[in-house]
Amino acid sequence: MSTALYSRVQKLRKQYPEPTSAVLPALRLAQEEHGGWLPPEALREVADALDVTPAFCLSIASFYDQLRLEPVGRRVVEVCTNVSCALAGAQQVVEAFERGLGISAGTTSPDGEFTLGTVECLGGCGWATVVAIDNRHRLRVQAEDVAGIIEELHARET
Amino acid sequence: MPARPEVVFAGTEGGALDRVEDYEAAGGFRALAKARAMAPDDVIAELEASGLRGRGGAFFPTGRKWAFVPKPDQLAKPHYLVVNADESEPGTFKDREIMLRVPFRFLEGCLIAAYAIRSQHVFVYIRGEYEREFEVLRDALGAMQKRDLLDGVTVVLHRGAGAYICGEETALLESLEGKRGQPRTKPPFPAIAGLYAAPTAVNNVESITTVTSVLELGGSEYAKLGVESSTGTRVFSLSGDVVNPGNYELPHGITLRELIYDVGGGVPGGRDLKAIIPGGSSTAILTAAEIDTPLDFDSLVKAGSSIGSAGVVVIDDRCCMVQLGIRVSQFYEHESCGKCTPCRVGTRWLTQILEKIEDGRASQADLDLLLSVCDRILGKCLCPLGDSDAIAVASYVDRFRDEFQAHIDTGRCPFGGESSLEGILAPSALHGHSREREWLGAEHV
Repeated sequence: MSTALYSRVQKLRKQYPEPTSAVLPALRLAQEEHGGWLPPEALREVADALDVTPAFCLSIASFYDQLRLEPVGRRVVEVCTNVSCALAGAQQVVEAFERGLGISAGTTSPDGEFTLGTVECLGGCGWATVVAIDNRHRLRVQAEDVAGIIEELHARET
Repeated sequence: MPARPEVVFAGTEGGALDRVEDYEAAGGFRALAKARAMAPDDVIAELEASGLRGRGGAFFPTGRKWAFVPKPDQLAKPHYLVVNADESEPGTFKDREIMLRVPFRFLEGCLIAAYAIRSQHVFVYIRGEYEREFEVLRDALGAMQKRDLLDGVTVVLHRGAGAYICGEETALLESLEGKRGQPRTKPPFPAIAGLYAAPTAVNNVESITTVTSVLELGGSEYAKLGVESSTGTRVFSLSGDVVNPGNYELPHGITLRELIYDVGGGVPGGRDLKAIIPGGSSTAILTAAEIDTPLDFDSLVKAGSSIGSAGVVVIDDRCCMVQLGIRVSQFYEHESCGKCTPCRVGTRWLTQILEKIEDGRASQADLDLLLSVCDRILGKCLCPLGDSDAIAVASYVDRFRDEFQAHIDTGRCPFGGESSLEGILAPSALHGHSREREWLGAEHV
């Protein structure tokens, strides 16, 4: 863990009466530092910083959907497929991303650039379909918008 | 068009009141000053007079909840206010709009509530996926600190990390303590032994934001809005097959017809209304014939459903109810924390039976089994998550039995691949949970 991160974790710890409360926010920070997922060393670092065990950190990381125990692409595209989004055509949006990125939902492109996923309700039912790109929500996405979004993502690379 | 008095969104004129100067100019922070000039118990009395009941789904009277928190001389532990901003009930998206458009009214309500229960510590547990909402609250809090409005109270914005169950108050407290978000046995209730086993009030974002308005208007004035058992306004989240989806603040007691047709513009493309989920996906479905049901607590109970979190999902005649059941059940199966067996096993089992019915492989006995599994979940778990799945699925069978029967009798889906939910995709394997599921093994169906 970088020194900067270590000091951020210690600052987090002070916000709470009990240090374990800082485990979840600390795992979020560690995940950012480790490229979007939590390799075993990240769990160890958080454990050391907060005086808990790595196994405790794993028990937390495995419970929450946003904490990842496997590598992800540099860009993460997640499409909500719960009822309201599904009624608005979320399936077609997912399929358009699958075609456009050349990968199926739940996988990462071989070059490690994109991970495509489907997720449960993102809390944007009235603005369906909601697509989270690196946790930023795009609203009212339709299948025909997908090619443009992918182009934009590629353009931002270069 | 029904009358639309604004309380939660007052003064926003359709936009956001998210600059501290603007909020102050619009009369902001006066309610806080007023509350702090009162005795804490009088603030609670004002809330009781308002009739305000919890907007998160349980509809518990807010003032009474605070009155349950012991006085410091009765229990000499720190007291905590925990705000539930973990909005994740499918069909519900009001709290995020409240945090974005009236962040100061929300934070002002937090300070009023903290004062009423004599707490120096506020924790706002905000959904991990709500990135912008977190940033807006963080900035708003900073602006209030600069204006010395906190009066020694600490407000911590604590971000979740993706778990629907953490919207259940005791699971939320577990999560805030740094543990897996699994519900606790009640009693003791959080008012007595909540966060770190200390007295804690847990309130929803909309409830807390409304507290500010109640103090401003006065409890009895607020109680004039809405209907007798359900006072005040409600921010209804309208989504699904409707022309103008969105959040609408309206008084309790307006009918589904007024919300869906007068405000929401009706069903698009001239299609027929088929069904309405009135209060988020965990509530029992209603048919088009029940369109004149008023949206208040008592009327929805009478109709066999619940106002829940006021997330109204409109469903037109293209939707297969068995497919709807699959998608809703998949959600609860995914979000089950695994602590109670009826929920952990039952939600999965419901999905499997529904898939069998949809595929045309089910016999009459499977339909009976479906309802029997619902019965065996209901009321047998620590929290309402499993119940939600059972209530929803059983209501689809109850209201649309002929459609389920047709799947069984003809051995295929009567929509023949044309349902609006055709091909629905449940969340993919991006995370450890899905691997765990493979290990679970044994098929029930």
